[in-house]
Order: sequence, then structure tokens, then C-alpha cells
Amino acid sequence: MTASTVDIALFAAKLGMVFLAILTLAAYLVFAERRVLAWIQDRKGPNRVGPLGLLQPLADLVKLLTKEDFIPAAADKWLFCLAPAMAAIPAILIFSVIPFGKPLTIAGHQVPLLIADLNVGLLFFLALSSIAVYGVAIGGWASNSKYSLLGGIRGLAQLISYELSMGLSLVPVVMLARSFSLTAIVDAQARIPFILYQPLAFIIFLISITAECKRIPFDIPEAEGELVAGFHTEYSGMRFGLFFVGEYINIIVLGGLATTFFLGGWHGPVLAPVIWFGIKTLVFAFFFIWMRGTLPRLRYDQLMHLGWKLLTPLALLNILATGWWLVAAS
Amino acid sequence: MEQTIFYILASVAVIGAILAITEKHPVHAILYLVTSLFSVAVIFYLLMAPLAAAFEVILYAGAIMVLFLFVIMMLDLVHPEKGLSPHWREWLPALLLSGISIASLAAVVLARHGEDAAAAPQALPIREVAVCLFREHGLAVELVSLQLLFALVGALYLGKQPKRGDTE
Repeated sequence: MTASTVDIALFAAKLGMVFLAILTLAAYLVFAERRVLAWIQDRKGPNRVGPLGLLQPLADLVKLLTKEDFIPAAADKWLFCLAPAMAAIPAILIFSVIPFGKPLTIAGHQVPLLIADLNVGLLFFLALSSIAVYGVAIGGWASNSKYSLLGGIRGLAQLISYELSMGLSLVPVVMLARSFSLTAIVDAQARIPFILYQPLAFIIFLISITAECKRIPFDIPEAEGELVAGFHTEYSGMRFGLFFVGEYINIIVLGGLATTFFLGGWHGPVLAPVIWFGIKTLVFAFFFIWMRGTLPRLRYDQLMHLGWKLLTPLALLNILATGWWLVAAS
Repeated sequence: MEQTIFYILASVAVIGAILAITEKHPVHAILYLVTSLFSVAVIFYLLMAPLAAAFEVILYAGAIMVLFLFVIMMLDLVHPEKGLSPHWREWLPALLLSGISIASLAAVVLARHGEDAAAAPQALPIREVAVCLFREHGLAVELVSLQLLFALVGALYLGKQPKRGDTE
């Protein structure tokens, strides 16, 4: 395989742009969440730093970087330091298989607007999201604090349970698209997005990804009313920041995946494909914030019951029904 | 290039596996094992078997090891250093059996050494893997899934709580 210098340069530029875009978006999502929550709760939110408070993420960054990086005395030092990275890296890596636009042609070179077009893209996402559990679990365990340990164990149990229903809700998508590749899945939705064929799978997937990114009403690993801050109780400074930003990167990535699997990816009329992808992804981000401002937290046993006794059987039934429907249609 | 990557990954896998059994602390041991499994997954990918690579990570690193971690965190072992070393009667059969499999692997590799190098691996479309699995080996797949069902029913039976009212 020979790659010309232009190809390599284009790839590097794409990589850099995606990285920059995701990190900036994540930082501004934190800001957006604070403003939207404030709006829901009829208060103002951060509005002092820069016009409309738009420089608030920068101020937060400076604050986090200059804070003391504290490691508890009896903590497992290495794992304590590594855990935030273990949580954030899989989240960023998942984005590499999401197609975020129509392939471009620049100076005679075809540039597909995704980092890696794997033919097992969907499985790559499931694999990385199952790896992301370690950050939460190890972070909670290595802190050597009761609150953190409880948060870590809850996180483990929750993520294992909801991974199952998430994976099963994606099986009908694969059955319809007849491929694991995310590019093929988007192409299969060129005319009709899968949400119209598979509303049930979409709802199960949406609930599962909310649990996967540990958002209210599923934020049991960090329930501040009972566990202080759960698995990241003992973290401070930029290590806490990494956990925090990782969560928002996760929101963007999972929103992008929901867009890809059910809303037709970058397909859309009039506007440019990249803009359509951005709009759809941000709608999901707004939905997550909106839910946080609206719903109360589930109890731990309710969460487990919902996952194992309702979502998983429903997803299985949905697979069966889709199979019958496909056979009947052909 | 690919060969270099293979040797790096293979040594990571072997070192990770050795550390996993020598490490006294269970949580560290699990992380070493996960590292080892991860590099094996990347080796699968290098061998043009992305499906096997993905399942290796999803099932082994992402599900089984996470359950191990869950159990260990629930038990919260206080003095992991005090773990007993097994009696020779317990590890000798395991050593013997693994010795046989390693010896047969070595024999196969040595016997094929003179021949042409194995044909370069080719990427197989997932569709063909599925057809092969469910059409040619359908019976085996069904047997394996039955076995999993047995395990599930067994776990359900073991985990079943006595009826309420008996104890409360």
C-alpha cells in the first residue's frame, strides 16, 4: 500500500481537525449545560467571563490546571493517575469510526469524512464502550475511599447491564443495513432513516446510551445525594477535569452514533452534510441536558430492573419481529 | 513493518500473561490480563480477522474480565499477599496438559518450517464468516448455545432466593 504525501497530509489535517472540534465542543457543552440548566431553573448561569459568558470554559480550564493535584494517602498511586485517561481515551477513539460527512474530493484525492472505515465499525464501538468501564471502576477502587468504591461498583454493574440492551438494540439496524460498517449503515438510510422502521430499537438505544454516559436519571455511580461524587470523589484538578470532559465527549460521541444508526447520519436536504450531522448530534446533546433538568434519579434496583427485565427482553423481541418482517418482505 | 508490530504485541501479550499470574494483587493481575487480551486482539486484526479481534475485546476484555473485577471489588480482599500457593497435586496436571499443547504447537511449527510460508491471510467478508458458521457448522453453534443455556439455568437455580416469609 503506497500513500502519497498529499494523502498523508490530508489525513493528518483531518485527524487534527476532528480532535480539535471534539475537545472544543466538549468544553462548550459543559458551558451550554450550565446555561441551559440555569434557564430551565429560571436563573442566569455563568455570564460574566467574556460576552454572554462565552469564555467561561477557558476560565474553568485555567482553574483546573492550576489546582493542586491531590492523591489520597492510601490510594493505589499508578492506577489512580491512569484511571481518568482510561475513561476518556475510549470515548475519543469511538469517534474514529463515525462518518460525519459526505466524502470530499480535494485536488483529485478522495477524502472520506471519517477517520477509519472499519468493516466491523459497529463492533468496534461496542468493544470500546465495554472497555470504558475500566476507567470508572479502577478510578473508584484506586481512590481507597468508601464513597468512591461504591460509585465504582455501581458504575460497573450499570454499564455491564446497559451494554447488553444497547448491543441488542443495534442488531435490527445491522439486519436492515446488512452490514457492520457505519458507512454502509448511513448509505442504507439515504432515503428513509431507520428511526421510522425501528422506533422501539431507537428508544431502547436512547435509554441505554443515557445509562452508558451516566447521565440523570441514570447517574447512580456519582449520585451526589448519597455518594458525595461517587467514583471521582477523591479526584481534583485536571484529573477530575479529564473524567468530566470524558463524560461530555461521550455525550457527543453517543449522540453522533445515535444519529448514524437511526437518523440517517449526514443525510439531509439543502444544508451541507457536515452541518446536518452537527445539528442532529447537538439535538441529542440538548436532549440529555433537558432530561437532566427534568427527571429525578432512579433508585439502584429500579435501574437494574429496567435494564434486565424490560429493555433486554424488549430488544430481543424486536430482533425477532424484525427477522420475521424481513423474511415476509423478501 | 507488520512483523515488527506483531513481535512487539506478542511480547506484550506474553509478558502481560506472566505478570497476571505472578502479581499477588488481584486487581493488578486483572489489568495485566486485560492488557494481554488486548494485544492478542490487535494481533487478530493484523491477521485480517477484525471480527475475531472485536469479539475478543467485547467478550473477554469487556465482559468476562469486568465481571472478575466486579467480584473482586465486592469481596474487597484485605490481605491479598497471604494467598496460598497451590499444592503440587493441583498444578501438576495443568502443567502437564499445557506442556502437551505447547509441545504439539512446537512440533507443528517445526514440521512446517521448511515448506513455503503460509499463504498471506486474506480478509474474509463478515457475510462469508456468518454463512460458514451457521450453514456448515450449524449443529455445533446450536450445541454451544445449548451449553450456554444450561449455564444460565444453573446460575438462575443457584441464585434463586428462598420464598419470602420463610425467613423473614
